[in-house]
Formats: sequence, C-alpha cells, structure tokens
Amino acid sequence: MSENKLIISADKCVGCTKCVKQCPFAALEMDGKLAVVNDSCTFCGSCVDVCPTKAIILNRAEQKGVDLSAYAGVWVFGEQKNGKIQSVVLELINEGRKLADSLDEKLSVVVLGNDMDAACQELLEYSVDYVLQIDAPELADYAAEPYAKVLSDIVSKRKPSIILAGATSIGRSFLARVAVEVKAGLTADCTGLEICEKMLHQTRPAFGGNIMATILTPNHRPQMATVRHKVFKEATKNGGCGGKIEKIAVDDNKLLTSRTKRIEFITDNETTINIAEADIIVSGGRGMGKPENFALLEELANALGGAVGASRAAVDSGWIPYSHQVGQTGKTVGPKLYIACGISGAIQHMVGMNSSDTIIAINKDPDAPIFEIASFGIVGDVFEVVPELIKAIKNK
Amino acid sequence: MALNIVVCMKQVPDTTEVRINPETNTLIRDGVDSIINPFDTYAIEEAVRLCERVEGSKTTILSMGPPQVESSLKDALSVGADEVVLLSDREFAGADTWATSYTLAAAMKKLKPDLIITGKQAIDGDTAQVGPGIAVHLDMPQVCYVSKIREINDEVAIVERLLEDGHEVVEVKLPAVLTVVKEINEPRLPSLKGKMKAKKTAVTVWTNDDLDTDPECLGLTGSPTQVSKIFSPPKRGGGEMIDGENAQEKAETVVAKLKELQVI
Amino acid sequence: MELDFGFNEEQLMIRDLARQIAKEKVVPARAKYDEEQKFPWDVINQIAASDLFGVFIDTEYGGCAEGNGITNMCIVTEELSKACGGIALAFAGTGLGTLPIILSASEEQKQKYLPDIASGKRLAAFGLTEPNAGSDAAAIRTTAVKDGDDYIINGTKQWITNGGDAEIYTVFAVTDKTKGARGASCFVVELGTPGFSIGKKEDKFGIRASSTTELIFEDCRVPATDMIGKPGTGFMTAMKTFDASRPGVGSQALGIAAGALELAVDYSRERIQFGKPVSSNQGLQWMMADMAMQVEAARALIYATARTIDNPKGRATKFSAMSKCFASDMSVQVCLDAIQIFGGYGYMKEYPIEKYLRDAKITQIYEGTNQIQRDEIASALIKESAQRK
Repeated sequence: MSENKLIISADKCVGCTKCVKQCPFAALEMDGKLAVVNDSCTFCGSCVDVCPTKAIILNRAEQKGVDLSAYAGVWVFGEQKNGKIQSVVLELINEGRKLADSLDEKLSVVVLGNDMDAACQELLEYSVDYVLQIDAPELADYAAEPYAKVLSDIVSKRKPSIILAGATSIGRSFLARVAVEVKAGLTADCTGLEICEKMLHQTRPAFGGNIMATILTPNHRPQMATVRHKVFKEATKNGGCGGKIEKIAVDDNKLLTSRTKRIEFITDNETTINIAEADIIVSGGRGMGKPENFALLEELANALGGAVGASRAAVDSGWIPYSHQVGQTGKTVGPKLYIACGISGAIQHMVGMNSSDTIIAINKDPDAPIFEIASFGIVGDVFEVVPELIKAIKNK
Repeated sequence: MALNIVVCMKQVPDTTEVRINPETNTLIRDGVDSIINPFDTYAIEEAVRLCERVEGSKTTILSMGPPQVESSLKDALSVGADEVVLLSDREFAGADTWATSYTLAAAMKKLKPDLIITGKQAIDGDTAQVGPGIAVHLDMPQVCYVSKIREINDEVAIVERLLEDGHEVVEVKLPAVLTVVKEINEPRLPSLKGKMKAKKTAVTVWTNDDLDTDPECLGLTGSPTQVSKIFSPPKRGGGEMIDGENAQEKAETVVAKLKELQVI
Repeated sequence: MELDFGFNEEQLMIRDLARQIAKEKVVPARAKYDEEQKFPWDVINQIAASDLFGVFIDTEYGGCAEGNGITNMCIVTEELSKACGGIALAFAGTGLGTLPIILSASEEQKQKYLPDIASGKRLAAFGLTEPNAGSDAAAIRTTAVKDGDDYIINGTKQWITNGGDAEIYTVFAVTDKTKGARGASCFVVELGTPGFSIGKKEDKFGIRASSTTELIFEDCRVPATDMIGKPGTGFMTAMKTFDASRPGVGSQALGIAAGALELAVDYSRERIQFGKPVSSNQGLQWMMADMAMQVEAARALIYATARTIDNPKGRATKFSAMSKCFASDMSVQVCLDAIQIFGGYGYMKEYPIEKYLRDAKITQIYEGTNQIQRDEIASALIKESAQRK
C-alpha cells in the first residue's frame, strides 16, 4: 500500500506563504523561507492549487474502492412521523429528480413505516419513478437500529448510487449507521448538490458556516448525503411520471430487533409553532435587552400570523427557550419573511436564515452586518419601529 | 455497580473566531484558540456527574489528533475526568467520519466501556456522524440528542432525547452510545485541585501499533469522502435601506413594500 | 504579553482560573447584581467550588498557600475586579475578615475556623468601624465585659463588608476602657450567636454587589476562648491586618482600572467618528498610553509589596499604604479617563464603564482613607530618617 504524502519541493518553494494561509487545518508552517508540513495535515489538497510555483505535490495512497458501475439509482429517504411524510422529503424529491435526470438514472423514495399505503400512493403524484415501501410494525416509529439495518440490507442488495435524507434528528442519527454498515461516504447537512462527471459534488458549510466545503466520494458507493431542511424548494404535485410502488418484505426478523425502546413521547408545548415550518418569523437578538421585550415581538408575529425566533445571544441570555433559536447551532429556517429585530448578524445566525425569501432587519447600528443580507433595512430603535410596524400591518 | 464511561472529545478551533479573508479567500487563523468542542464539554460534565452519582465509576476521555490535543485533555482532567487517552499517529491523519469512528472504536475495544458519551456534533465539522459510527463499529445501540439521563443501572439507561417537536423518552440497553445536547447540564469550571491533578496526570498516547486495526480503514485511505474544495460562503447581496423621517414613516414604507411584493 | 512578577506555576493556574471565572461567571452577571444590590451567591459558590477561597490560607489549614497567601489573594482580587470590583469584594472581604485569625489566632482557633473558610463553606467579615470610629479606629465604643468564662459584647459596628452573608466575624471591642488603644481586643463571633444581629443594609454609590451592613451586639455572650490573641492586643491585630490587607485593596483598584482600560481601548477601535476609529486620534492614544503606564506601575508596586509581606523582614506598613493609596488614586483617574474615551455612551448605564468609576471610588476611602495612608507613609519616612541619624 502506498502512503499519503504531501511533498514540498525545497527547490521550487519561494516562501510566498500562500499555502500557509490557505490551509484550513494549520498544517503548514514557515521554516525560514521554506514551507513545511506538520502533523495536522489531512491531505485535503487545498494548498496544491494555490502554490504559484507548483512546489507542492500530494500523493494520495491508492484506495481499494468498489466497482462504481455496479451502482445506479437515486434514493430519497421518505422520513415519516406518525405516518405522515415530512416536508423535507418533498424538497429531496425535487433535488433528487434533478440529480437522477442528469445521471439518466431512476429516482426512488424509500419509505420505512407501518401501513404506509396511502402515503406511498400520494408520493406517486410527484415525479418519482419508484416508491419502495417497507412496512413492519417494528418500523412504525423511528428506531435507530432496525431502520439502519433494514435500509443497509436493501442498499447492499440493490446498490443505489446516491442516497439522500433530510438532515433532521432522525436522518442524521441513523444514516450515519447505514454509512458505516455499508462502508459508504456520508456528507452531513448539505446545502448544495450537483453532478459533475457522474460524481456527486456535495457542498456544505463547515467551521460554523464560516467556510463552505465541497465533498466527493471518489471510490465508494453509494454516495450518501443528509440535506439541510428548507434549503431546497419543495417538489409540487404534477400528476407524477407513471411511477410504481414496490413493497419489500423484511424476511429476516433479526433486522427488526432493537436494543432501544420508546417509552413515551412528550410534545413540547413551548413551541406552539415549529419555527422551522413557519412562513413568517419575527426574531429578536441581543438588542431586545430583556425577556419581557419579547412580548413585543410576539405581538408582531401574531399580527402577521408568524412565529417568534431568536439569536443565540438572546437564548444564551436566558430570555427565550432554545427551541426558538435560529442559526448554526439552532434551527435553519427558510420562511417567506424573516424580520430580524436587534440582531447584529453574527455569521452563526445568518447561516441559519439567509435562505429566507425576504429579510427585514431593524437595528440601531447602521453598520450591523445583518443589513448586508437584508432585503429591507431599517436603521432605528426596535422599540419605536416594531410598534409602528404592528400599527401599519393592522391598518392595512 | 460501577460504570466504565468513555467520553469522546474533539479539539476544535473556536469557530466563532474563524473568518475568511475576503481578498485572498483564505482562512484567517491568527489568534484562533483551540478549545474543547463545546458539545463535548456537556458530555464530559455528564460523565463526571454520573461518576459522582454511581460510586466506583470512572470517566476516561478519548481523543484523536495531533499532540497539541493534550492541552484540551488536561482541561478535561481539571474538571473531573479520571484518565485521558490520545490516539495520535500519522496513519490516522485525513480521516473522515467513517475512518474516525473506526479508529475510535478500535480504541474502545481496549477500554471496554459500559457507556460511551459524546457531544451531539463538533462545531468545526458539524456532522454528528461519529457517535452513531462508533456505535455500529462496536455493534452497540445509540441514542442521539440526549437531554437527560433519567435512570441508569448495569443493564439499561432511561434517557430523554430532544427532537424537533418534543422529547422522546427511550430505554436503551447498555453498553450504548449517547450523544448529548447542551440542555443536559451546565458544565462546571475547573477547580484549582483539579488543575493540579491534571498537571500530574499523564496523557496516555496510543499509536496505531497499540490498536488492532486494518490499515485500509485508517486515515485518508480509509475515508470514503474527500474534501475537494474549500471556499468562502457566497454573499447574499444587501437590499434597500428604508429612509424616513421617523419610525412611523419607515414602518409604513416597508409594509407597503411587503404588500407590493405580496409577502403579506 | 504580561509583565513577569515571578509567579510560580500554581499562581499562574490561580490567575487563569480567576480570569476564567471573571469572564464566564462575573461579566454576564455584574449588571444585574449592581442594579439589584444582591449578594452574588452564584459567583461566590463558583469561587468556592474552584478552591479559590483557599489561596490565602496555608496548606496545613486546608488552603493552598505556601507562605505566599497575600500575593495569591492579590492575584485573585485583581482578576475578579477586572470584571466587577463589587463581586470581587465578597472574596476580598473574606480575606480581610480572615487575616486576624491567620496573623494572631491560636493553633486551635486556626484549626477551628480556617478549613471552612478555605473550602468556601463559610465567608468571613471584618468588624472594626463604628459610627464614631472610622479613621480614628482607636475610638471604638463597642465593649466586651468579662463575665466568668465569657465576654459580653455590646455596641454597633457599621459599614461591614459581607455583613449578613458572612458566618465568621472578627470583631473588635474594648475590654479595658482605661487603656485607650491598648484596651481593645479581637473576638471571633459566629453568625447566629444570640445577641448578635445584622442591622441596616446600606444603599451604595458603587460596589453594589457587595453587602455592607451594621452589626448589632446586644448582650452577646462569647466564650473567652474565642478571643484572638491576648486581651488588649486587638488594636495591634487590626494594624497588622491592614498591613497585610491593603495591597488587596490596591489589587481591587488595579483590577478595576485594568478592566476599564481594556474596555476603553476596545471601544476606541470600534467607535467610528469622522470616518475612522477614534483610536486613530493621537489625543486619545496618549491618554491610553498614560493610563496603561499608571496601571502597570501600580501592578509592579502591589506585587512587590505582596511579595515583601509574604517574606517578612519587618513591618511593611509604608509599602502597604503606598500600594493601596497609589493604586486607588490611579484607578479613579483611569476610570474617569475611560469614561471620557467612551464619550456620551460612557455616561450611560447601558455600557458597563460608568460602574467601574463607581466601584473604584471606594478604594480611596475604605481600609483607611488615602489621607490616612499618606500619614502612614510620611510618618514612616520621618521615623526612618530619625533612626538613620
């Protein structure tokens, strides 16, 4: 087996430090006028492209891969809760269709559940070639082990080239199991998917949204990705494309065993409206000053029929529960209208809401970064502007 | 009963400080601190609390990375961890979540934990895939996004997990992997005695020679995914600033615009 | 980079730990405690959990000091004061209340009280000042009259830091009226002792997170075994205590000034006027340079004094007075200048900087006004001159 190696030619290196600045892992350092590589190197190759004198050569060890040509088909995981297909699935169908078309492959939705006939039938009203329906009482509610084992089993037998799932609590926790079982590449929380030369290019934010990375799975299949909710548009019912339902029976009962058991489910009363699903969100940040002031935002949200969100600063101050938090470590939202009140626009907040259709920002500070992404910016005191907004909306 | 708990910890750059230089399109790393992944601090705290709850229990912190990670392992010792193990070897470099979980699992086979706890995800990669990955490599059950450990004994734990729309109460057979969210506790700050103990406690370093692994599964070689490109996020262009004499005028202008665009 | 004061590894740990508590626990809470005038128990509990109440108590009594307790106390006080001079005082006030025990108590008394203070289980307070005995401490009127194996204490103490929240009080009372200053004795009185109650809580200009109350003694009976030192040595104990504690007040003033300076410099880089940060104005640059020099000079004086007290070669009264007096005068001036750099915002409660000034002012007043400190310094100078001749 050959070894991974990053080689910097001392003859060619001119000490320009471009590679040192480029390296996302601080793996390159200057030793006098010569760049040297340290133990942090992950062989990502970022430095190779920026070197003006082509002094850096990356030798990646050869990987034992699989026969890529044996894999075909784009699969979407049809996440359901209480028998209801989740809206993220429709987003995946829309995106999966495009991928399937550019590969000239079929699009399938895989539904794990129990008595899912009607829901599966409804899926055929979208541009879906196959719905793979796996019914079993043990699959009625999500459980990591049977879900992972059943899907892994079908994947091994049918060999799809791509699998997409929503980057939800369920999607993220069990797809990681499937990826390990079938030794597939899995990229988390993707915000961009594209086919280039038959390969899935998966783009995702990293380092708290400060940088974007494009990830490939060169030698393994399937190429698996969890996809961020509310980034892609939902598919619309178009009468379908003559797709078929295929019921798959689980013939090995061992696949259905689980060492976890749901005892109960407590619905969170705090979030009467799930902000991830809301069409209009009114959010407050540090500028709200104290918890009582969120009542003002609630009033505005009520006038608009929306939900109340918050920045991490407001949540960390204990002004509003975490379930309202929008951002990298909270929820990603993509409403039609997002009103940011007293939110300066830290990157970690903006990555969670910048796919909103229309953004209004209200902030005292005219230089607040939030204005850089706002459709409409109002420089002013939240406590003066918001009451006027409420009035103006009620008068309309 | 006594629990042998292993916490998987990652040292990460403090991402709130990481920025991209817009001119050169490269990461600005100057002055960026290395910290314990914040989600892992909740895992460490929960393990230490379990040790206080269940007499005779032990918390071991397991991490993988270059020798610099030792400083974060010392920090973990100062808040109550009993032992720390660092997996450090050139062979491990470039690992994606598949190879990382494989390598950590190989170390777990030596540590033989009853319970593995880790943060729900690391703030640099944000994948949330390593916890479940370890569980599969070790053939263990998992519960992700745990916000409370209600009960625990030799055989099972009853935990609450935080989902988008509420809490699920789950019973899980041990040994198991739990990934935790920040609602689970408030991590303590170190004590002076803890820091003194941390100074005296040696970090156990294991290289690949200490583990029973397949070289094909390690590091970049064992990683199905590869980073092909890194770039700064596209900027959403700024829009229009609303002018007006006073708050009322500005509010009316913006509401009129929203109506025009049929947003409301 | 920071100046090297020869701190050992443990002291650097103490500093880092206090700094972490200041950043993570004090900064987020300080505005609330200042406004509500509540005792900062959550921060105090953290300081206790982190073992920092033990830094000024030697290891044989459950602390972690090894003959370097005063330096350690200054390190912690400075770091906490950078975030909030008021919250820092709950810590420093305990140090002050404990010093009479450390300096003058018997072995039994030390074993009885110090471990609980070192673990942070119980706070301490120092009870000397009375309505008619401030700078003139020898004028105290609280009496302790011998009755069998006990003393019976009567009188009122005023402006006592940690009053009501501390459990261990070192209290000064006259045991022999005929002997003036040599007729005072020091007692340990525990909260809950019958006849001992907490009076009025003061509403203060600054250090509002710290509690300041009256202590009322009405036929309060304490065993004679709770007297610290021999009868009549109380005033000596108080003066020895001040020699050791005044660098602590200096470090509180120092921390406040250093915190204010840092905020002011940060703000000067953020505040844009005439299209550029105000930090680019030479007028402000020179102000900040002067502030920084004053801060470092105070720091050098304080830690040199603390080290001298920890390694005694005689009484350090003069240096103690200097470190308290210089640092507190400096602190008030630096805070004033910091507000000036903040401009109009500096005057608003929305920003933390005005609180720094309010907290700084007390350091010129308590544990001996700066006029008293100058008296002490001058009198030492004159005495030294006379001894040379």
